[in-house]
Amino acid sequence: MKHLLSTADLTRDDAILILDTANQLAQATSQGVGKLPPLRGRTVVNLFYEDSTRTRISFEAAAKRLSADVINFAAKGSSVSKGESLKDTALTLEAMGADAIVLRHGSSGAANTLANSGWISGSVVNAGDGTHEHPTQALLDAYTLRRHLREGAGDLAGATVTIVGDILHSRVARSNVHLLKTLGANVRLVAPPTLLPFGVDTWDADVSYDLEDALVGADAVMMLRIQQERMNAAYFPTIHEYSQRYGLNQVRVNLMNQGSIVMHPGPMNRGVEITSEVADSPQSVIVEQVTNGVSVRMAVLYLMLGGNEATV
Amino acid sequence: MTSYVLKNVSIVGGSATDLLISDGVIAQIGDGLNADQVIDAKGCIALPGLVDLHTHLREPGKEDAETVLSGSQAAAVGGFTSVHAMANTNPVADNAGVVEQVWRLGKEAGLVDVRPVGAVTKGLEGVTLAELGTMADSAAGVRVFSDDGKCVHDPVIMRRALEYVKAFDGVIAQHAQEPQLTDGAQMNEGIISGQLGLRGWPAVAEEAIIARDVLLASHVDARLHICHLSTAGSVEIIRWAKSRGIKVTAEVTPHHLILTDELATSYNPVFKVNPPLRTQADVEAVREGLADGTIDIVATDHAPHPAQDKDCEWSAAAFGMTGLETALQVVHATMVKTGLLTWEQVADRMSYAPAQIGRVNTQGQALVVGAPAHIALFDPNTEVTITAENSVSASRNTPFAGYTLPGIVQATFFNGKPTVLDGKLV
Repeated sequence: MKHLLSTADLTRDDAILILDTANQLAQATSQGVGKLPPLRGRTVVNLFYEDSTRTRISFEAAAKRLSADVINFAAKGSSVSKGESLKDTALTLEAMGADAIVLRHGSSGAANTLANSGWISGSVVNAGDGTHEHPTQALLDAYTLRRHLREGAGDLAGATVTIVGDILHSRVARSNVHLLKTLGANVRLVAPPTLLPFGVDTWDADVSYDLEDALVGADAVMMLRIQQERMNAAYFPTIHEYSQRYGLNQVRVNLMNQGSIVMHPGPMNRGVEITSEVADSPQSVIVEQVTNGVSVRMAVLYLMLGGNEATV
Repeated sequence: MTSYVLKNVSIVGGSATDLLISDGVIAQIGDGLNADQVIDAKGCIALPGLVDLHTHLREPGKEDAETVLSGSQAAAVGGFTSVHAMANTNPVADNAGVVEQVWRLGKEAGLVDVRPVGAVTKGLEGVTLAELGTMADSAAGVRVFSDDGKCVHDPVIMRRALEYVKAFDGVIAQHAQEPQLTDGAQMNEGIISGQLGLRGWPAVAEEAIIARDVLLASHVDARLHICHLSTAGSVEIIRWAKSRGIKVTAEVTPHHLILTDELATSYNPVFKVNPPLRTQADVEAVREGLADGTIDIVATDHAPHPAQDKDCEWSAAAFGMTGLETALQVVHATMVKTGLLTWEQVADRMSYAPAQIGRVNTQGQALVVGAPAHIALFDPNTEVTITAENSVSASRNTPFAGYTLPGIVQATFFNGKPTVLDGKLV
C-alpha cells in the first residue's frame, strides 16, 4: 500500500489486513511495552490545512507509538497563510525527507493531487479532503463495528449500519459507504433531501428521508455532525426542526436491534443531532472510537511504511 | 507577391482540382495550374479559413498566459484566419481604448484577423452598460459584445443590452450561468460530482438563463448568441426558440463535443473548465444539435492559463483549457468521421456562420475565384498524438495531451500569404 486516498481503493483483504493489524498493535500497546520500534528513523508529517485537533493528535499518537519522528505542519501560522501553494509546501517537505505525509485539506481531491503530482516520493495518507473522503475514519468505524458486532474478527457481512445527517458534505459518509459495502454490511443513508448528494440513488446504499424507518432493524447508527451554517444556505429551516426530525434520542435508539451501538465521528453537537442521554449511554461507543482511531492509524502507517506482519 | 498552387486539392470535400492563390485572392480553380510555389495537396481538404467567435488572448493583463501574437500563432496553426478576442482582460475591454489596442496588436501580429469583443457592462460587473456604441464606432468596429466569464444575470441590463446594440447590428454573446445556482461550483452536478465531493454546476443553471434570454430576445426582436452551450436541455431550448423564429444563435466548444465529467475522477485540473464537462448524454445531444443546425457554430473558448494555475489542487485551479490548435481535429473526429457533418457543413459551422454572426465581412467566404484567399488546408489522412510541450500557444493546458487525433492542418493562408506550411508556422 503506497498511499491511502480512498476506501474505494481497498479490497476486502486489504481492509481486513488493516483491521487485523490494528488489533495486534492494540494488544501489543496495551501490554505495556510502551513504544513499538518499527518506524524508528522514519519521518511522518502531519500537514493540516484545516483545524482538526482530534484527527491530528490521533495520527501523532499513532506515529509516535511506532517510534516515528513526527513533524506537525499546520496551515495557520505557517507560510501557507502567506499564500504558499500546496506544491511548494510539498516540495519543501520532500526536501526535508518526509517518508509519509498525512494530509488534511479543504479541497476535495487534494490528497489525490499530492500523491499523483510527482511532487513527492513518499506516501500520502488522506486525513480528510474537502467533502470527498476520510478513509481512516471509516477504518476506525469498521474496527469499532467489528469489535462489537463480530467479536473483532472477519468482515461485517449481514450487519446493517444507518448513517444519519449531512451526507452531501460528509467525507465520513463517502468513505464509510465504500468500506462497509466492501466488508459486506448493508448501509442505510438518512437525511433531508437537500443534504443528499446528486446521484445518491446510484450509490451502494439504501436511502431514506425518515430516521425512524431507517433505525428499525439496524445494528448500528452513525450520527454525523450538522453544521449550523448549513441552515443559512437553506438546506433546512432551523436547527430546532432538524433536531426534531433527524436528531437521535433514546426513544429512537430503542427501535434498533438488540445489542446495537451508537457512533459519532465527533465533535458532537449535543442536543442537536444527538441527545446527551444517548451520547453517554452504554450503547454509545463514541469515546471508544477515539481509542480505536489510534490503533487503526498505527496499522495504516505501519503497513504503508514498509513494515510487514512478521515484525509485529 | 509569391503565388501558390494547391495541387489536387479537394475544395470543401469536392473532387480533386488545383487552386491558384495570387495577389491575396483565389485567382483560378481548375486542372493543370502552376505558380511560384507548388503545394502537393493530394488527399487534403481546402476549407475557408476558420473563424473563432470565442478566444481568450489574455492581452492586456495576463501576458504570461498568452499574448495577441502567441494566440494568433496558435490560431494559425489550427487553421484559423480570424479570432474574436474576449473582453475579460485586465483592463477589461469595455471601452474604445482597449478594443483598439487589441485590434492594433492583432494587425501588428498579422497572422489572423483579430476582432475584439467588447464587454457588455463596465468592468464585467453586470451593473451599468459599457460604451457599446463607442466601441462599435471605433477602429476595432466591434459587433460582438460579451461579459464572458460572467453571466449578464440582471434581466433588465440584459434586455437593455439586447435592444441597444440593434442600432449598429451588434449581438450580445451570453455566458449563460445563473450565478447563485453555481456559487462555488467546481464541476458538472451529477453522479460523478456526488462521488467526488466537488460542488456541482447544475445544467439548470445554464438552461434557465438561456430560456430567459431567448424570451427577452424575442420580446425586443434582437439578436442573441449563446456561448459554449453544454447541455442536452440547452439544445432543446434553442431548438424551440429557432422554431419560433427567435434570432438566437449558439456555439459549442470542441471539448464539449468529446470530453465528459468522468475525467474529473482524476482530479487533474486540466479538465476543469466553465461550463464544466458534462455527461455522455449531453455530448451526444450537442453533437446532434450541431449536426442539425440547432447549434450554429463551433467556437473554441481557447482559455490559456500559466502552469501554476493548473499545477495545484482542483478547487484552487483556474477554469479553462486551450483549444485553437486542436479544434478542427476534434470536429473531424466527432462530427465528420461519425458521418454527422459533411466538409461543406464543417465550413459552415467553423467559418461561414461564425463570420456571419460576428459580421466579419472579409471572412467566412466560399472558396471561389475572386474571393480573398483565407484558406485552411487540412490533411485528414494522418494522425497526430498531442503533447502539451509542443503547444504553439504560450500555455500548456490542453486537455488532449496524450490523445491521438485524426488529421493535421498542413497549411493556412491569410490574405493569400501562408502563415502555416508543412504543419508549421512560417
